Amino acid sequence: MIRFLLLRLAQIVPAFIGVSLIAFAFIRLVPGDPIEVLSGERGIDPERHAELMAKFGYDKPLHLQYFDYLYNLAQGDLGTSLVTRKPVLSEFASLFPATLELSIAAMLFALVLGLPAGIIAALRRGKPTDHILMGSALTGYSMPIFWWGLLLIILFSGILQWTPVSGRIAVIHYVTPVTGFLLVDSLIAGDIDAFQSALRHLVLPAITLGTIPLAVLARQTRSAMLEVLGEEYIRAARAKGLHPWRIVLLHALRNALIPVLTTIGLQVGVLLAGAILTESIFSWPGIGKWLVHSIFSRDYPSVQGGLLLIALCIMAVNLLVDILYGMADPRIRHARE
Amino acid sequence: MDPSFWKHFRRSRGAFIGMIVVAFLVLVAVFADVIAPYAPDMQFRDALLLPPAWLEGGNWSFVLGTDPVGRDILSRLIYGARFSLFIGLIVIVLSLCGGVLLGLVAGFFRGGLEVVILRLMDIILAVPSLLLALVIVAILGPDLFNAMLAIAVVYLPHYARLTRASVIAQAKRDYVTASRISGARNLRLMFVTILPNCLSPLIVQATLGFSSAVLDAAALGFLGMGAQPPTPEWGTMLADAREFILRAWWVVTFPGLAILITVLSFNLMGDGLRDALDPKMKRA
Repeated sequence: MIRFLLLRLAQIVPAFIGVSLIAFAFIRLVPGDPIEVLSGERGIDPERHAELMAKFGYDKPLHLQYFDYLYNLAQGDLGTSLVTRKPVLSEFASLFPATLELSIAAMLFALVLGLPAGIIAALRRGKPTDHILMGSALTGYSMPIFWWGLLLIILFSGILQWTPVSGRIAVIHYVTPVTGFLLVDSLIAGDIDAFQSALRHLVLPAITLGTIPLAVLARQTRSAMLEVLGEEYIRAARAKGLHPWRIVLLHALRNALIPVLTTIGLQVGVLLAGAILTESIFSWPGIGKWLVHSIFSRDYPSVQGGLLLIALCIMAVNLLVDILYGMADPRIRHARE
Repeated sequence: MDPSFWKHFRRSRGAFIGMIVVAFLVLVAVFADVIAPYAPDMQFRDALLLPPAWLEGGNWSFVLGTDPVGRDILSRLIYGARFSLFIGLIVIVLSLCGGVLLGLVAGFFRGGLEVVILRLMDIILAVPSLLLALVIVAILGPDLFNAMLAIAVVYLPHYARLTRASVIAQAKRDYVTASRISGARNLRLMFVTILPNCLSPLIVQATLGFSSAVLDAAALGFLGMGAQPPTPEWGTMLADAREFILRAWWVVTFPGLAILITVLSFNLMGDGLRDALDPKMKRA
């Protein structure tokens, strides 16, 4: 198992170097050199320009600049935001819990509906129920989520007035941050009103963001279940006269979950990309909205840092999924050793 | 192509419907000048934010209503079909050509070159597609062509990996060895002997990729990083109309519906193609 872990860690290294190269190159590829970008529209006199170029090390050869960049990275220095003048890492860290809370809620929404939908569709294969469920799943999969979010706003915030249009919590509430998750923090503080407000703000963005993972999960669960249900051991279990639900939920689902687990891992990238759109629609104060805003305000160090950190998150999750996968299915672990 | 292909494709009702809708969209795009009641940028100052014709206050000369500056929404949607299909086509051609070339080289020559290409593709895959596209557009500047280029780059790895896998499988076959013994050079082996036999999965991926390209281009347009107003691109139209959502639902609803229908029909077609082209998936 340790060998397997080390092997997987070693495989990540090239990808990490690649992503750090992209992030490093990014700020040098945008039109204008970094100092011009930093000084913005006002411009800068040539003498000061040269001085700053030397101060930040931009006059060194590129490969040395890259090593400097890695050296700073290792110390947790991802540069400073041009807009807020705060370190990029602390900006990211302060916004990340909001995105994480939203993503977890979206994933829960997808799991709670997607798994049963996939199982039922597999059991009713070829019947109308299957067609309806898979038709809906394909529609969900094809959904432009930025439009879906707007539609939900029109219906639930506009016509029914059940939910607020944007934000994370009503401004009258103040919750002392402990975990950064407003739902948890408001409960810790014992503030039920704040909890309700946070929940009402969370529902629509979570549904919007969870729709595509929901569709993917339902389709994946269905095909994994179909594959497993055809196996000999299922027939054996049936022959033993076990209760049908026991067979489906215990014998079949457990094995069908292995490919589904990978799908969940792959959805993390989808979630983070979706968060960019969802957070922009609902003014959700997370990293997605922050990144779009940073790109628009030409806050390139923030974009650079955000790019790297998001790629790191995705790599970490994929590694985690691989490890879980190896624990769930010994064949995989041994095949790779 | 497999003669039973049509039989399998037509058996799937969804795929057939998808194909008909796609054909319809192509016709709409080609004959936009003839079909559209008005030019996409024509403004009617006395008809701002008019609701669809069947609602109170609607007017049958503007069937789907008008937008905040008095342009006919139906006409803009019709012209928008041009943009969406054009975007999908260019993105697919770019990423398919690039991906096939990379995959062919990687799968045929193997060795160090293969490792380099695969690692490069891994790097692209490590960043969420929309984020990478956003970053590329940030470097190149926001306009429609740059958005297409960015999306094409993001989809490269899919085609490269798919091509490589099938090339490796085909290269071991006897017919390739036979061709090599009869004196075929590498280029001929790659493009004439092997490539045609790797096309099935690529066709499926290209069809499904078309829908993703349309979706991503619309998303970039929505974020203001794709086509710029007043281009009647569907995502850009949505972004334009956002502030009016609670006052005039139709300016938001119809462009999104157009995107959904386009993406859905390409996905239906792609699913059907996969079932028909992939022997493993064929229904017994």
